Amino acid sequence: MRLMFPVALVLALSACGEVWNDPYPAATRGENILFTAFVQRPKHLDPVQSYTEDEGQFTQQIYEPPLQYHYLKEPYTLVPLTADGMPTLRWLEAKGDAGREGAAGGTQSVYEIRIRPGILYQPHPAFARDAAGTFAYHDLSRARIDSLRSPYALALRGTRELVADDYIYQIKRLAHPRLHSPIFSLMEQYIVGLDAFAKRLDSANAELVKRRGAEAWLDLREFPLEGVERVDAYTFRIRLKAPYPQFLFWLAMPFFAPMPWEAERFFQQPGMAAQNLTLDWWPIGTGPYMLIENDPNARMVLVRNPNFRGEPYPSEGAPGDAAAGLLADAGRPMPFIGQVIFSLEKEGIPYWNKFLQGYYDFSGISSDNFDQAVRVAVEGEATLTPEMRERGIELRTSVAATIIYLGANALDPVVGGESNAAARTRARLLRQALAIAIDWEEYLSIFANGRGEVAHSPLTPGIFGYRAGRAGINRITHEWRNGAARRRSLSAAQALLAKAGYPDGRDARSGEPLVLYLDTVGRGPGDKPRFDWWRKQFATLGIQLEIRETDWNRFQEKIRKGSQQLFILGWNADYPDPENLMFLLHGPQGRARGQGENAANYRNPEFDALFGRMKNIPNSPERAQLIDQMVAIYQRDAPWIGGFHPKDFMLFHSWLGNVKPNNMARNNLKYLKMDPVRREALREAWNQPVLWPLGLIALALLVTILPALASYRRRERKVARPPRRVDAA
Amino acid sequence: MFAYIVRRVLYAIPILIGVNLITFTLFFVVNTPDDMARMHLGTKRVTAEAISKWKLERGYDKPLLWNTTATGSAKLTSTIFFERSMRLFRFDFGAAEDGRDIAREIRGRMLPSFALALPVFLVGLAVNISFALMLAFFRATYLDTWGVVFCVAMMSVSTLFYIIGGQYLISKLWHLVPISGYARGPDALRFLVLPVIIGIVSGFGTSARLYRTLFLEEMSKDYVRTAKAKGLAERVVMFRHVLRNAMIPILTGVVVVLPALFFGSLITESFFGIPGLGSYTIDAIQAQDFAVVRAMVFIGSVLYILGLLATDLSYTLVDPRVRFQ
Repeated sequence: MRLMFPVALVLALSACGEVWNDPYPAATRGENILFTAFVQRPKHLDPVQSYTEDEGQFTQQIYEPPLQYHYLKEPYTLVPLTADGMPTLRWLEAKGDAGREGAAGGTQSVYEIRIRPGILYQPHPAFARDAAGTFAYHDLSRARIDSLRSPYALALRGTRELVADDYIYQIKRLAHPRLHSPIFSLMEQYIVGLDAFAKRLDSANAELVKRRGAEAWLDLREFPLEGVERVDAYTFRIRLKAPYPQFLFWLAMPFFAPMPWEAERFFQQPGMAAQNLTLDWWPIGTGPYMLIENDPNARMVLVRNPNFRGEPYPSEGAPGDAAAGLLADAGRPMPFIGQVIFSLEKEGIPYWNKFLQGYYDFSGISSDNFDQAVRVAVEGEATLTPEMRERGIELRTSVAATIIYLGANALDPVVGGESNAAARTRARLLRQALAIAIDWEEYLSIFANGRGEVAHSPLTPGIFGYRAGRAGINRITHEWRNGAARRRSLSAAQALLAKAGYPDGRDARSGEPLVLYLDTVGRGPGDKPRFDWWRKQFATLGIQLEIRETDWNRFQEKIRKGSQQLFILGWNADYPDPENLMFLLHGPQGRARGQGENAANYRNPEFDALFGRMKNIPNSPERAQLIDQMVAIYQRDAPWIGGFHPKDFMLFHSWLGNVKPNNMARNNLKYLKMDPVRREALREAWNQPVLWPLGLIALALLVTILPALASYRRRERKVARPPRRVDAA
Repeated sequence: MFAYIVRRVLYAIPILIGVNLITFTLFFVVNTPDDMARMHLGTKRVTAEAISKWKLERGYDKPLLWNTTATGSAKLTSTIFFERSMRLFRFDFGAAEDGRDIAREIRGRMLPSFALALPVFLVGLAVNISFALMLAFFRATYLDTWGVVFCVAMMSVSTLFYIIGGQYLISKLWHLVPISGYARGPDALRFLVLPVIIGIVSGFGTSARLYRTLFLEEMSKDYVRTAKAKGLAERVVMFRHVLRNAMIPILTGVVVVLPALFFGSLITESFFGIPGLGSYTIDAIQAQDFAVVRAMVFIGSVLYILGLLATDLSYTLVDPRVRFQ
């Protein structure tokens, strides 16, 4: 009896198979399944609301906008996805409500998109029809809905062909009063009639809710949208109020993915939301995968969409791709992997260890594991450690389309100096001095294991206008020596500081020490080394730095009010166009003045004028020249006191193929291929249970317990001491 | 006894209102409804209109505690506090800020939390009491001395260390169980082995040492000497007399945590990927989801009150002298 529990435990563990630590069900072994993780439960899977990368890893495998980024080509290139070709552009001269066709550069632009016929939606109960041809599940009883846990619990499934109306329906959803599309405010500035359409929907929705309750379906088909026109079953047009070439990039995001009206009708049945049966939870798309299990507290499962058309793998790539074997599958129908299992993994340590055991197919690298995985050579080249190479793990790196910067608030009298020309010059020289003194190379080396590139301009590598090497360096802060960019000496910074009126970090007029303030978000005791480093950097110029640590909410509030002085922020580019990074310095988009994204509140009429010209012209030598001028102004004015572009490190196992990082293409799972037999063999080799420690523990327990037992038995058997004999004297 | 229970339940109402009020005040001292809206709408391209709309839809456009623009009782009822907190007394938790039903989420997460906490509680209790009894039995011997040293060493180490060390040794080096994860049904066993062992080990030092002290205190009492004088075996004295009489202080600490077993463990669940209520609460605090935070605090308070009541009731079972008045 005493041995029952340990025996049962060992039997239970043995029943798991050859390896005991496999976290997946035995049925998945040897299958063509990709195992990966998600660290945060997604908030939104509705393409009209979803905006983050965490959500994109699901939505972009399911939803298909008209365009996508080429998986292999560099720089980023847009190619058709469901579209039959790239959208055609016509210009219109707007006159009242009507548009008259005009020459290029007219006041309105019209994009005509033709989608490929024959594309089918994934099988879903929303499309299912009964024998009479009516929708089988559009009028479910409340009792039936209350018993549902997943839409796929309903037996019948149906599908239908993708048509232009589905794209139009989705564009209308951008203005849906019950949804919060993050891009509505941007799109209403461009799509003709979207603002008025939103107002009409608002009042219609209020009336509907009053009449039929908050869950009643608002059928958007009944409301025409002026700027979107159906040409035929497969063609539609979008009319924009102004030239907006970046609109094409938006057409590659799930915001513009098709939404069948049947899906909304199905999920809008009263009672569905209370069962978490919503479009925000259960996507319906035409993409290579469909979400069949949604337990964001544990795991999410995508399976191959049986109705997927079989998009061919790309046959062209960047130089070197063919040699790297990335074109070996050219023309083969995708996706290659049958199922993708995402497990929730909030903590980095288990994530990393499971990757090393082969239970995750790929992984990033955190700072804690960096030294175990990667060695950085003196020249800066990252290579894998022997331990990783032994396991056949491979490394791919890419510079993210992201900039992290130290901003100086233009509204601040010391670092911004907007009040008069003299103050402006003083502040500019101060910022330039700081931009030299703050050693971002050292920052990256200490705090990011060298995973980043120092930013010489707001543009990130891979974006039009970015210049690498000698041509791209910031000549205020760096010089070109021995074939590399070297930071200028501290004496150059000190000279600029003296010129700004702060020799040795003291105000020349008052003799008071210069004290600057860095507003930042505190994340705990781990911040101390970073804060010390910042203080040390400013101290090299004799400047005292006060760090004003606060929480995220208060930090955001300061930025909104423009009451910060120095601050650290970042921006992930939405799309690979210089406009999406340069607009962070566009005067009219100042955060404090106009609630835009220009958190430094930088305003330079010359820069703004160049931005106005640059943003609406296609990539060309003229555009490159405008960008060069803007970068030169940025470097001279130093509204950001430097920054860096983070570098992504991706590790993957030898059984995973066709891996190439692409910071824009999130629909990457369809390209990956897998060798499950090799994975299974290696998993078994790496995870054989080690049993001797169990024996050792049992022995240690015995060694402790046996003397105790012996002692107990001795005490139990001990007889009472015989009474001492007292002899009578 | 019934009257006593009713009285205690009635006492609970002002306590729960107070807890609600304190939670509400603390939450809104740190977060404003605007902050909450920004957190849920994201940081990119959020307009003032979108924030207003978000607040309006969820009733966060109203004053916090007192509506000066309303008339009559609406001054109190047309506020965020009243509308969001008072319905908790009907156990109507409503929806989280992301629109998902809280009660449903709690139901789904309660079982994994319970599956982890129950074996930790039961096995831990058995192991700790056994070990403490052994130390008391061998009091003033080398076993007792080294046992106490062992307990002090165990209680000096943080839970996080046990978790990371346990994952490293048992899962990473010895490959005996999965490092993290969870499965529904019987398959959950292999995911629970390691967190349960770690849960027992991390609580071992403190509890065993406390119970040893309680047993030693009992063993110095007259009735124990009398029992021994009667010639009862040491084993009988320990289990029949000492253990039973030491149960009152043990019960005080043990029964009160029984309802909280459903509440989960914050750190363990997070590290082992167990989808329980502990990680739900942590996620809600990080996401500034007031609806979930208030619901979890309310449930926590109710469970705690129930635990205290159960403790008091359990005294009558172990000590016939205890009477409710």
